[in-house]
Amino acid sequence: MLKFVIDKNGVKHYLVSLKVNGNAYTKMVKANSMLVNFLREELDLTGTKKACEQADCGACTVLLDGKPVNSCMVLTINADGREVTTVEGLATDGKLDILQEKFIEHSAPQCGYCTPGILMSAKALLNRNPHPKEYEVREAIAGNLCRCTGYVNYVKAILDAAENQ
Amino acid sequence: MSEKHSYVGKNLQRTDALDKVTGRGKFTADLKFSNMLYGKLIRSTHAHARILNIDTSEAEKLPGVKAIITAKDVPSIKYGLSPARYDETIFCTGTVKFYGDKIGAVCAIDEDTVYEALKLIKVEYEVLPAVFTPTEAAAEGAPQIFEEYPRNLNTEIHQHFGDCDKAQEEAYYVRTDRFQGQRTVHGVIEAHCTIAYWEGKRVIIHAAHQSVHYLQHHLARIFGMKEGDIRVITPYVGGGFGGKLDVSGLDVSAVILSKMTGQPVKMAYDLEEVWLNGRGRHGMGMEYTTGVTKEGKILFVKNEIVLDGGAYSGLGVASSYYAGALLTVLYDFDNYKFDAYRYVTNLPPCGAQRGHGQPHPRYAFESHLDHIAEDLNIDPIEIRIINARKSGDVTPNGYELKSYFLKEANELARDASGWKDKKGKMAKGRGIGVGNGGFVSGAGFCQYRTDLPHSIGMVKVYDDGTHAIVYSNAVDIGQGSDTVLRQMAAEGMGYPYDDITIVSHDTDLATLDFGAYASRQTLMAGWAVKRAGEDVKKKILEMAAEMIQVKEDGGYRSGKLMPEELDCREGIVFLKQEPAVKLTFAMGIGETLWEKVTFDEKGKLLNGNYAEYRLPTALDMPPVHSMILDTFEPNGPYGAKEVGEGATTPTLGCVANAVYDATGARVSSLPLTPEKVWRSIKEKREREEK
Repeated sequence: MLKFVIDKNGVKHYLVSLKVNGNAYTKMVKANSMLVNFLREELDLTGTKKACEQADCGACTVLLDGKPVNSCMVLTINADGREVTTVEGLATDGKLDILQEKFIEHSAPQCGYCTPGILMSAKALLNRNPHPKEYEVREAIAGNLCRCTGYVNYVKAILDAAENQ
Repeated sequence: MSEKHSYVGKNLQRTDALDKVTGRGKFTADLKFSNMLYGKLIRSTHAHARILNIDTSEAEKLPGVKAIITAKDVPSIKYGLSPARYDETIFCTGTVKFYGDKIGAVCAIDEDTVYEALKLIKVEYEVLPAVFTPTEAAAEGAPQIFEEYPRNLNTEIHQHFGDCDKAQEEAYYVRTDRFQGQRTVHGVIEAHCTIAYWEGKRVIIHAAHQSVHYLQHHLARIFGMKEGDIRVITPYVGGGFGGKLDVSGLDVSAVILSKMTGQPVKMAYDLEEVWLNGRGRHGMGMEYTTGVTKEGKILFVKNEIVLDGGAYSGLGVASSYYAGALLTVLYDFDNYKFDAYRYVTNLPPCGAQRGHGQPHPRYAFESHLDHIAEDLNIDPIEIRIINARKSGDVTPNGYELKSYFLKEANELARDASGWKDKKGKMAKGRGIGVGNGGFVSGAGFCQYRTDLPHSIGMVKVYDDGTHAIVYSNAVDIGQGSDTVLRQMAAEGMGYPYDDITIVSHDTDLATLDFGAYASRQTLMAGWAVKRAGEDVKKKILEMAAEMIQVKEDGGYRSGKLMPEELDCREGIVFLKQEPAVKLTFAMGIGETLWEKVTFDEKGKLLNGNYAEYRLPTALDMPPVHSMILDTFEPNGPYGAKEVGEGATTPTLGCVANAVYDATGARVSSLPLTPEKVWRSIKEKREREEK
């Protein structure tokens, strides 16, 4: 059970502790705080995009304990004690992740609004299946909607990243 | 050929790529300002009603609410995008005209408080009878939505060329077909968002918008301000496709609310509001009567289109025009009669969407042409080759076709697809189809009457010559204009691409450009920055020549830039055309097969979300093969022409013709849902059994 305080309007504020991109945070949040808003508003990690807020488009995809989730559908209090990875956490020690490198090389993003979500879905895929077939790549990003690209260069870039990781 | 160039036509790293893969790039909704408030629009809950009273007193008492505005608090000026059709007010005065129409706006310290306040605002209505189709709108005694549009007829377009009646008498074969196109939406992933704040008498606006200049211009007109007192900046834009070109309620409300409160105000749509005010494609009824010779040569086309415009004009005047005006650009005929009637209805207003006005007419005509070919026993590709226009043609309505290879493109597609082995020879239930499409490279029209140049480019070189900056207010909404303009400026200047950066989409910092619409930026802004680059190169060369001269005379050291480093070469170019064609195909596929905006019987939107209005996913996309005919367009910088919109248009007719080939049954309305295909097969069978 999470610790909470009750403000003068009777609203509960819960104490959550979680790791985001390897960093530990402890914050007070309301019960209705969604993870996407927590990341964007509380931690200023605006790389995670907010779009449909109904788990239909995948733009807000982050990794929760390594698994891709729509962060618009995850309550922040449910992320307590867990580990979140966002697009800002992909590069390590100033070096881009192979997926990011390949996305650039293949000019995969266009408007770029769906890009962080696709990157996170692809990251989760390569973590669980380092050598995916094309249909497995398509399946892995099928929850990420993109209107610009027809997914052509995203699929190519992910397959290329898998081959060269 | 692109190999003649150093940068143009090369696959260089996109300007925005690193920002977009690291999450570092900022879109409007990602911006935060100190002391910023959040705002939302108050929306109508009836399709057509008179507003009797708006009670905001309870909402005003809610702690955290900073301002609430309705029609009585704002200028009553009418606006829109065509001067002849300014019919929209900032907030509804008198009546609401569609479910979701804007009645006012609220701002508060956070989003939760805004939503709470919206629930406390009570609007009293007298519900009025409403019309939801052009037929209902045009009916005798129908409720009139606007005083200025008798019988709800908002726009008429008539283009009559040659003598269709005479050609009809001479034709060997004449056929009439009717088709229906559906309402669709752009499907942007980033919802519209606007942030405004004031610095003295100037207002600064950050907006997800396709044109910084038009937004500046229209806001200046609405508020009676000088354009120079309005600064518009667009951060990265998460897709536009025509849906971020109109002035939105967010823009005007953010300006007013930030003035009232003295604080920055962020206004954003939720997804359903994007549907309500995104101004997607018109629903259209289309009828074609075409006469041909025995050989299939088109002699005349009569074309009547009725558009469901929704509540306001916006860009709908241009949509009506393009619906028929662009029919002439593919096939060679001089006798053409085009009549369009756009009606206002009590549904969300429609506007520009990729391919603007003509993807549905193109679907209809390509289907119609296949019927004619079948009736005359001519191969569908053959009838297109027979009628294809050629380089140098001028269409009866005045479009100049400088570089045009439709015949060659059809031959290429025919041979590469194995058409001759497949057409009419495929297994039952399988089919092959052909569809053509095209678009203008840039529109000559501006949204308002002006003698301003449509594009200005500027290049600045650092004093030590180590870096250059190209300036342009062309807006990169994802299509890559920032990259293309850097390429063209670098090429024109003969300067390394990696050492040239771009400053764009900021009315204070960059140079005038009308923005992203009508596939104009590569052509117009491209010319501007190419010439700017060439001009700078000339100046530097002149100076270098002078300096070298000085050196010979008096031992002066020459600068880093030697004339031989500044080599500018001519040739032919395509700017990453292959991926562009493939990706544009995706939007056409969705529109053809399942996308459709739907409403209930009271005009309430039913599917304003991506679960019930489905965009194609990575699993839906079929393999796409694209080929390029390497041509040189003399009107375009480095021979380039548009590819973003024209590539949407052939998809619909092509798929429709393939379905017809597979089933022998024509579905004459979009989208081609499984249910409709099943019904058309069933009806065909029943006809044959009779």
